[in-house]
Amino acid sequence: MSPARPTAPTVKDDERLVRRVAKSHNLTDEQYAQIVRILRRPPTLTEVGMFGVLWAEHCSYASSKIYLRTFPTKGKRILVAAGKENAGLVDIGDGLAVAFKAESHNHPSAVEPHAGAATGVGGIIRDIFTMGARPIALFDSLRFGPLNGHARTRFLFEGVVKGIADYGNSVGVPTVGGEIYFDEAYRENPLVNVMCIGVVPHTAVAKGAARGRGNPVIYVGSSTGRDGLGGASFASRELSDESEADRPAVQLGDPFAEKCLIEATLEALATGDVVGIQDMGAAGLTCSTSETASRGGCGMEIDVAKVPRRETGMTPYEVMLSESQERMLLIAKQGQEAAVKKLFAKWGLNAVTIGRVTGGDRVRVFDGTELVADAPVAALTHGAPVYRRPVKRPAGFARLQRLPLRAVPVPRDLNHTLLQLLGSPTIADKAAVYEQYDHMVQTNTVVLPGRSDAAVLRLKGTGTLLAATTDANGTYCLLDPYEGGKLAVAEAARNVACVGAEPLAVTDCLNFGSPLDPGVMWQFRECVRGISEACRAFGTPVTGGNVSLYNESPRGAVDPTPVIGMIGLIQHTAHSIQHTEGRACYAPVTMGFKDEGDLVWLLGETREELGASEYLKLIHHRKQGRPPRVDLAAERRLQQLLVEGARAGLWKSAHDCAEGGLAVAVAECCIAEPDHIIGAVLDLSLVTCHLSLRLDALLFGESAGRVVISCEPHRTKRVAALTARAGVPARLVGTVGGGRVKIGEWIDAGIGELSAAWRGAFRRTA
Amino acid sequence: MKFGVVVFPGSNCDQDCVHVLRDVLEQEVVLLWHQESSLRGCDCVVLPGGFSYGDYLRTGAIAKLSPVMKSVAAFAKDGGLVIGICNGFQILLEAGLLPGAMLRNTSLRFICRYVTVRVERTDTPFTNRFQPGQVLRLPIAHNEGNYTVDAAGLKRIAERGQVLFRYCDADGQVTDAANPNGSLEAIAGLCNEAGNVLGMMPHPERASEPSLGSADGRGVFESILQSVACR
Repeated sequence: MSPARPTAPTVKDDERLVRRVAKSHNLTDEQYAQIVRILRRPPTLTEVGMFGVLWAEHCSYASSKIYLRTFPTKGKRILVAAGKENAGLVDIGDGLAVAFKAESHNHPSAVEPHAGAATGVGGIIRDIFTMGARPIALFDSLRFGPLNGHARTRFLFEGVVKGIADYGNSVGVPTVGGEIYFDEAYRENPLVNVMCIGVVPHTAVAKGAARGRGNPVIYVGSSTGRDGLGGASFASRELSDESEADRPAVQLGDPFAEKCLIEATLEALATGDVVGIQDMGAAGLTCSTSETASRGGCGMEIDVAKVPRRETGMTPYEVMLSESQERMLLIAKQGQEAAVKKLFAKWGLNAVTIGRVTGGDRVRVFDGTELVADAPVAALTHGAPVYRRPVKRPAGFARLQRLPLRAVPVPRDLNHTLLQLLGSPTIADKAAVYEQYDHMVQTNTVVLPGRSDAAVLRLKGTGTLLAATTDANGTYCLLDPYEGGKLAVAEAARNVACVGAEPLAVTDCLNFGSPLDPGVMWQFRECVRGISEACRAFGTPVTGGNVSLYNESPRGAVDPTPVIGMIGLIQHTAHSIQHTEGRACYAPVTMGFKDEGDLVWLLGETREELGASEYLKLIHHRKQGRPPRVDLAAERRLQQLLVEGARAGLWKSAHDCAEGGLAVAVAECCIAEPDHIIGAVLDLSLVTCHLSLRLDALLFGESAGRVVISCEPHRTKRVAALTARAGVPARLVGTVGGGRVKIGEWIDAGIGELSAAWRGAFRRTA
Repeated sequence: MKFGVVVFPGSNCDQDCVHVLRDVLEQEVVLLWHQESSLRGCDCVVLPGGFSYGDYLRTGAIAKLSPVMKSVAAFAKDGGLVIGICNGFQILLEAGLLPGAMLRNTSLRFICRYVTVRVERTDTPFTNRFQPGQVLRLPIAHNEGNYTVDAAGLKRIAERGQVLFRYCDADGQVTDAANPNGSLEAIAGLCNEAGNVLGMMPHPERASEPSLGSADGRGVFESILQSVACR
């Protein structure tokens, strides 16, 4: 830094230019005036850029903050609560913790699907290893418009999948789960949400705080270019026809650099020479310097002239706002700089001291000797205005919820209906997608994708299995955001419980339209209310997440889509372990039926609930009615039963009834294992005996809280006793075996035909 | 015995190999950084899978230039056992330790799934624990596993019986449908003329424990143990 310490910026930027840049950051006149009040002078160009990105919705949660505060965040396993660090941290025993988080990359993926999705993967991985955690799994929750006949949707879909594959495969983190939905609501604005899970010993958790006056601030990783300039601002605007012109705002990813960065960073953290660390994600250097200083309660000085560049002629504004990928900011112990730098050099990465931790409370940015920005940390990070946006139930909502069932004829050929549902891309087998992802690297994937309701990973050296899933249903949330929020959490917890894992904690990725639309804010408020209520009921706190607003195109907002990421644990127990060749061999519960003669049970109640169903959408082209009601207490009992039954080894399979209802669930149980498809014969008279259900509601309705299990015949008494004790309705509905799926007199289809329909969807739409 | 697992920047199956060799088979394992030139007295060198140097130029093309590869070549020439898995196989091809080259999969997509391969010979250091014609269930995970070689090269390979594994169906039949990537003559794994260097696209280290769904791959490592023990 310069020997003569300037006390105010030494650059004089043209105020008209500064105001224009403020506008380009969507800063209002009022916000601009507030910045002037904070600084007691007009901002410099660099400062207005820094305020602009940090105050953008994407970084500041200005519209959502008041609602996010209502999430339950405490729990006995929570080591780091939501919002305190880069990701939540959950104790899983054995001295280990799980760091996990979901993030969106919707807007970049809409413009440049391959790079957008790839950098989404890279960004969330950095959020995890910046905590000191080794990333062990990735999940992708994706939403597109319908595939049929739409070249652009196919371009987006294939580009996103390839982007995820190219990045995740190279970086060596397995992509083990996720979901893909196709619905008109996402045609112009696809959703690309990625969740990463990492594991870290309690003793190795890294902090995102700058501490120790005089400690060096070290920039590590790839060099800085103009790519991704202003990405956080870009993500906080609606998509328009001009968005194509925003392509430079989309960053480019380099998974090789990321892989080296993971290894070098974890090695550096293990030395104990690193005091604090923060990835450079949205808002790049601006965010990482301000946030670490804010958490550490100190100031920071950096010199952008020292930042490694990949382009010439970059201004301080551009360097501070660049979102070039694969970069981190380290705060090292004084005197240990050389050791840290040597380690990064070993991995072929830049490591340059660009500044120091200072006393005081300001971030000061130099460009050589010029002071180009000097702003209070607190104002940058926490000074963003918090809005209580107008909230109003959208007009026409009641009409949407109305479902004139009399106008919905029950199809004559229900067999055909089942085949149509199985073959629709939202329900169909996703092997065409997940086989493009390396889902086995790190050799922890105990259950392959598509075989169970949640992914299951072993944690080497422990007796513990980790289960995880992502779930959301935008149609449910559109038609009842409060119930939809509850349903998303309920399904996620149910999925985790189906494999035998106890649900532990939640991360979320909340995808909504523009917060300036009172109808959208109503959806947001109601979804958050539903999520909070369900999380409280299940004892699964929210550990963090991401809010993505402005998911709009000229055609309107996307369906409200709060994606819930849930983790759960299967603890080491005698029953859950089989011994093969003298070695422990875990047996989580998968969805596929196993053996001839096994008995099929339906857990939970079936009601006449057709609203918001996939069946109604696909067969009757109606996106209306109310989604199924969820009884949180009943769900909790069901979860506990599923965990208990799995622990006791009572059943051989479990699969929840989701999109497509009971008939689809049973068909999936029959055909999920590609090398072991097997039929089943079901008699649903026990399910219907007290009710006069419409046939289509019985077969394809999506009543929540239902799970299909199968067990050996001699277990009947114990299953009946356990379910009765748990207070979960359980009905014996059929037998596994044969080559056909028969349900009453309505469904009778060969398993080959069902399998072909389910497995062929992505070939047919190609 | 002592295994050396080479780590290139971008290797991502190195720790998976270490886990199987050290924790499952209880052998001594050292990591060999790509810039080292000493193989530290290893009995067998493993080139693991991954994306060495990002595979940006051509798979394995940069990795072959690493200092460690000179030592590996000398080690192989002296009869030392070398196994390259996936990206390791690609590096062995680039380094000229095995004949031929890799093309992109015919689907032009990355493929990660279980396949079945047939053991073609059991009189090698890598396959002596298998039965002739035995069908193994192993995972593949690659973009470029479509092996090719010119006609003369193929003739040589055939004459010397260098193919150790071929993609096949569950009954051991080599069919087009069972070939996941278009590989010439369904070649999944191939050794050098001397029989001490093996390259294979399937990942035996991902199938060495029953809890992961298959332990068929363990036989590859156990064969190596047996052959070293019998030396």
